[in-house]
Amino acid sequence: MTASRPAKWGLRSLAFGYLGLLLLAPVGMIFYKTFEHGLGPPVEAITSPEALHSIQLTLLMVAVAVPLNAVFGVSCALLLVRHRWWGNRIVDTIINLPFAISPIVVGLSLFLLYGNEGWFGPTLTEWGVEILFAWPAMVLASIFVSLPFVVRETVPVLQEIGTEQEQAASTLGANGWQTFWRITLPAIRWGVAYGVVLTTARVLGEFGAVTIVSGSISGETQTMPLFVAKAFEQFNEEAAYAGAIVLALLALTTLLLMSVGGRKAKASGAGIPSTAEVPTPISFTKEGS
Amino acid sequence: MGIAVEGAHKRFGDFQALDDVSINVPDGSLTALLGPSGSGKSTLLRAIAGLEDLDAGRVMINDHDATATPAQKREVGFVFQHYAAFKHMTVFGNVAFGLKIRKWDKAKIDDRVHELLRLVQLDGLAQRYPDQLSGGQRQRMALARALAVEPQVLLLDEPFGALDAKVRKDLRTWLRRLHEEMHVTTIFVTHDQEEAMDVAEQLVVMNRGRVEQSGTADELYEQPANEFVMSFVGEVNKLGEQFVRPHDMEVVLDADESTEQGLVQRIVALGFEIRVELVLSDGTEVWAQLTRNELQRLELREGQIAYLRPAQAKSFNGSSPTHADGASTPRGPRDEGDAEIPAAV
Repeated sequence: MTASRPAKWGLRSLAFGYLGLLLLAPVGMIFYKTFEHGLGPPVEAITSPEALHSIQLTLLMVAVAVPLNAVFGVSCALLLVRHRWWGNRIVDTIINLPFAISPIVVGLSLFLLYGNEGWFGPTLTEWGVEILFAWPAMVLASIFVSLPFVVRETVPVLQEIGTEQEQAASTLGANGWQTFWRITLPAIRWGVAYGVVLTTARVLGEFGAVTIVSGSISGETQTMPLFVAKAFEQFNEEAAYAGAIVLALLALTTLLLMSVGGRKAKASGAGIPSTAEVPTPISFTKEGS
Repeated sequence: MGIAVEGAHKRFGDFQALDDVSINVPDGSLTALLGPSGSGKSTLLRAIAGLEDLDAGRVMINDHDATATPAQKREVGFVFQHYAAFKHMTVFGNVAFGLKIRKWDKAKIDDRVHELLRLVQLDGLAQRYPDQLSGGQRQRMALARALAVEPQVLLLDEPFGALDAKVRKDLRTWLRRLHEEMHVTTIFVTHDQEEAMDVAEQLVVMNRGRVEQSGTADELYEQPANEFVMSFVGEVNKLGEQFVRPHDMEVVLDADESTEQGLVQRIVALGFEIRVELVLSDGTEVWAQLTRNELQRLELREGQIAYLRPAQAKSFNGSSPTHADGASTPRGPRDEGDAEIPAAV
């Protein structure tokens, strides 16, 4: 069935109008505002010690949370798809929790767990381990909110490739480990990569959960989104816009890496996951509600 | 030597896939496991490969008890119906896989892979990816991959099932020749009796998780052990308790004490072979296989009365109580009762 001409154009203008008004206009506005008075002011704003520290801290979040969630996500997907047992439905449901729970609630629950009155807080304080208002709690919060992406992207790909290639590998003498590295992982790599990109974008932009457990101490526990929010509150628009641009560029870079890789994969005959599998939309400066 | 399975049992939930199956495959032979879908033939093959664990029973490969050996150590070559090609690897990478796992050195792998690609007539396509190949080429690649590691036995699970008729015919001739050259003990699974008879030296007919009969194609055709085997390896007519092959139904125009009267319903010309469908006076529908010359001599026409003289009729009284529900006539006659024979003409 093909849509009639007016319907086709109607749908197209709706799609572009919607995207333009709700996504492109705000992001474009930030670019315009930032560079309104040339390159000097934003560069100065973003090279202040506080700003540089927040960039560093944000990258640390990504460097810790993304690999952990990638490894966990792939193992968990393997468990869900390849080893059927009664607990799978429970695991499957729990993994979706971070999608369902507001990041603020995640922050509060971590606060309760590791705070002075919490279950783990007093013991950890006794041992001299600092969790709350330091980077460990922020990492925990980032892991929590970005946990489902790799699992959700990997499960359908694993289901699709089936088990025959793995069985063929085992009859050819490969053990489980060799089969995973040489057959399974290459076959699911685009699903995993897509999950990693989504995880990275989520960790970069996480605001709600991190803001509660970090205390948002300038130059100490401020990630980029927190830096931007603080600057905005203090009417330091220059710094706020410049920070937002950096955040957007970081997210854009991960997306670009992904699509460059995807094009290469297409050229070599391997498929990349269709965008239809994306569970949630990506926004560059996604902030927790 | 060869492969032996003794007393194999396997259940999947409520489904008894293998029910006390024992088979013997001589060393160096080419054997077909033949049966309808759900007969357990693929399960048996996968159990020999170690891809399925048996609930009970033993698998012996070259006089060695392999029952507890995992698939990776059984040294079997396995070819899947849907190729199971490693899609992210080139043809070369696919065939080299088992050798890389065995840590052969690069030059030796190179030689071996190209030798095999020549054998399966894929030299020149080494750098292609599987989805740039046709189905027949993919299956030959899968075969080369399985043969690369010099397996003790070669197992093929409906290897030609996903291919079109012409390619299938070419490949099975080619597989038979390959086996004559290599002499590796080979078992292949099929539901196509013609394919089994064409390729294999020995056939094992399976049904409902059991072995019905094994032997050469001639033995199964001439001396079927039961109704199931008789109707599965070839066409069959049922006359009361008797089973007759359509080519053993002589059609004559004059009645005597050894003939039965029938009404010619349809005459189908299939080239040299003619299929004459008749309804007997008791309503049974049968068909006789005639040659074009015989038909011309008899001057048969649709709607006339003719007489049948069955030869080589077989009966299997009580020999196969488990198949009483009609599973034995997969290509049975059409609806009953759509034709009445006039008492006299």
